[in-house]
Amino acid sequence: MYAQMVQSTGKGVKSSEDMTPEERAFQARIDAGEKIEPKDWMPPAYRKNLIRQIGQHAHSEIVGQLPEGNWITRAPTLERKAILLAKVQDEAGHGLYLYCAAETLGVSRDDLTEMLLDGRMKYSSIFNYPTLNWSDIGAVGWLVDGAAIINQVPLQRTSFGPYARAMVRVCKEESFHARQGFDAIRKMADGTPAQKRMAQDSLNRLWFPALMMFGPPDKDSPHSAQSMAWKIKMNTNDELRQKFVDQTVPQIEFLGLDLPDSGIQWNEEHGHYDYTDPDWSEFFDVLKGNGPCNVDRLAARNKAWDDGKWVRDGLMAHAKKKAAAKVAAE
Amino acid sequence: MKNEWPLWEVFIRGQHGMSHRHVGSLHAPDAEMAIKNGRDVYTRRNEGLSIWVVESNHIAASSPSDKGPLYEPSESKVYRHPTFFDIPDEVGAM
Amino acid sequence: MSTPLKRDEAFLQFLLRMGDNTLILGHRVSEWCGHAPVLEEDIALANTALDLIGQTQFWLGLAGEVQGEGKSADDIAFLRDVWDFRNLLLVEVPNGDFGHTLMRQFLFDAWHSIQLGRLLKSSDARVAAIAEKTAKEVAYHLERSADTVVGLGDGSEESRRRMQEALDYLWPYVGEMFQSDDVDAAMVAAGIAPDPASLRDEYDALISRVLAGATLTIPDSRFGHKGGRTGKMHTEHLGHLLTQMQWLQRAYPGANW
Repeated sequence: MYAQMVQSTGKGVKSSEDMTPEERAFQARIDAGEKIEPKDWMPPAYRKNLIRQIGQHAHSEIVGQLPEGNWITRAPTLERKAILLAKVQDEAGHGLYLYCAAETLGVSRDDLTEMLLDGRMKYSSIFNYPTLNWSDIGAVGWLVDGAAIINQVPLQRTSFGPYARAMVRVCKEESFHARQGFDAIRKMADGTPAQKRMAQDSLNRLWFPALMMFGPPDKDSPHSAQSMAWKIKMNTNDELRQKFVDQTVPQIEFLGLDLPDSGIQWNEEHGHYDYTDPDWSEFFDVLKGNGPCNVDRLAARNKAWDDGKWVRDGLMAHAKKKAAAKVAAE
Repeated sequence: MKNEWPLWEVFIRGQHGMSHRHVGSLHAPDAEMAIKNGRDVYTRRNEGLSIWVVESNHIAASSPSDKGPLYEPSESKVYRHPTFFDIPDEVGAM
Repeated sequence: MSTPLKRDEAFLQFLLRMGDNTLILGHRVSEWCGHAPVLEEDIALANTALDLIGQTQFWLGLAGEVQGEGKSADDIAFLRDVWDFRNLLLVEVPNGDFGHTLMRQFLFDAWHSIQLGRLLKSSDARVAAIAEKTAKEVAYHLERSADTVVGLGDGSEESRRRMQEALDYLWPYVGEMFQSDDVDAAMVAAGIAPDPASLRDEYDALISRVLAGATLTIPDSRFGHKGGRTGKMHTEHLGHLLTQMQWLQRAYPGANW
């Protein structure tokens, strides 16, 4: 998802006998549904994994501003412009909440930012795909935020208090995102032949990248077990992906669009939709930096950061002068 | 050179005469900007009327291991809670 | 001066001036979304842009009403060409660096807040109502942009240099805000809006105070570019802005979005 390939530092889940007394007490608290707070004792690997996961999640929100921001100046009505701007602004807010949650673990936002900018930390693969027509704005809200909600709703119960609280705030705002997206693409699907064509094009292009958001298949996610034991991951990738497909297929039918995958079929026996797996080699290529927009996205973030340095430093210099003048006056 | 804006904790009073509640944190060069940033970041949906900010490193916090000594004694003082007392219905509202 | 303008024609021009200012500046500010120097500023700039877009809906909505041709605010925003726009040149100049953007914002906010203060007493109840609603938003814009101009002006050596450059570049666009023409004369006569020239003293006092706090020097020249609010001569930049802003409406006429 927004943290798709967090490399766990642990060596699998320790059995209760192998744990130190502190680790055992820690695991018992998590098993009892207690929240871990920043000043509580925690295993170093828990801290490290969380920093990576929350950091990746935050980076995804920030980089995620770019594909949608791409259409702010071309939004077709004043109302759509305002909605889209408010939505992309919310993504900045989500990034901010998440960075703050990560900061409680003893890492600074600037450090995390620099790790994003020089490629040491990742962000979700989905934001390395382009937004090419207006309908993509609808599709991103509907599919990408829809997928994000499926991932984030359970994370409101995650074991780390600041992360869980950030997720509560994010989820409250996220349903606006998915709804505005569905509303926008619905207008397109019900519109002129050209608009309908845009809607279909968006769905076809973004469907498989949206499925990839949940991360690789469970059989290829060896690190999930520890994260799940620590309740920093609440469901497996495949569970969430299936939930997304089951939820979205009827919506595609409601819109009157063609299914983007000929393998989609209701499976009576399992009570779920069957679907074709995305091309996982493409997914790993995107993660490695070879997606259609990786270079542009990172260049845009680097430019904003570099161009903004004098502003950050200038305002800080002013604050220091003011503080010094205040001390001198006392 | 590291020149990061300090971290601030933001407390907001909701619309209905409640006390200020911690809503999250943000970065700002000074207190005035922290209040403005608090307004822009944390009241985008009419969440508040009054904002407090305090630099995070000025918050003194109890340490988790004190949890027992700090809070457990009050658990035994059940008489502090109004439901401890049985007031007959005919006495009316109290 | 030729024959006095009909009141409704002048009123329409006045409303376009108000609405085009907020439309074009809102568009410019929205270009920052995702690219600001720090997350908190990104969010704050988006709030400003959102306010301006909302204000545009009020002003251009009323313009459509006064015009009486059944046009919506969207029709007016998305289906006019450069020569029909009535915004100040100041708001259409490109963003430049963050310093240019904030200096432009401050120079506009200062005028905007004074103007709206006068419009609260407009003889037209609809204008007064829009002023009432938007003046609060603009008061905050001014507070924020003024503080940022002071912070960056009286900040580091580099930030001070950049802010002075921004002021020098933008200063020739300030004078246009205070030029009066027959549209304004008709608005004054009808009690709808103040004479722009009458705002200058208050404006100068306000910006002098802030720019002094910012340790910046106001250029001596009183030369002012003009042509935006009359529509006689915009900058080359406006056409490019419109090609983006209006593209979908132009390429797919009559579609619902």
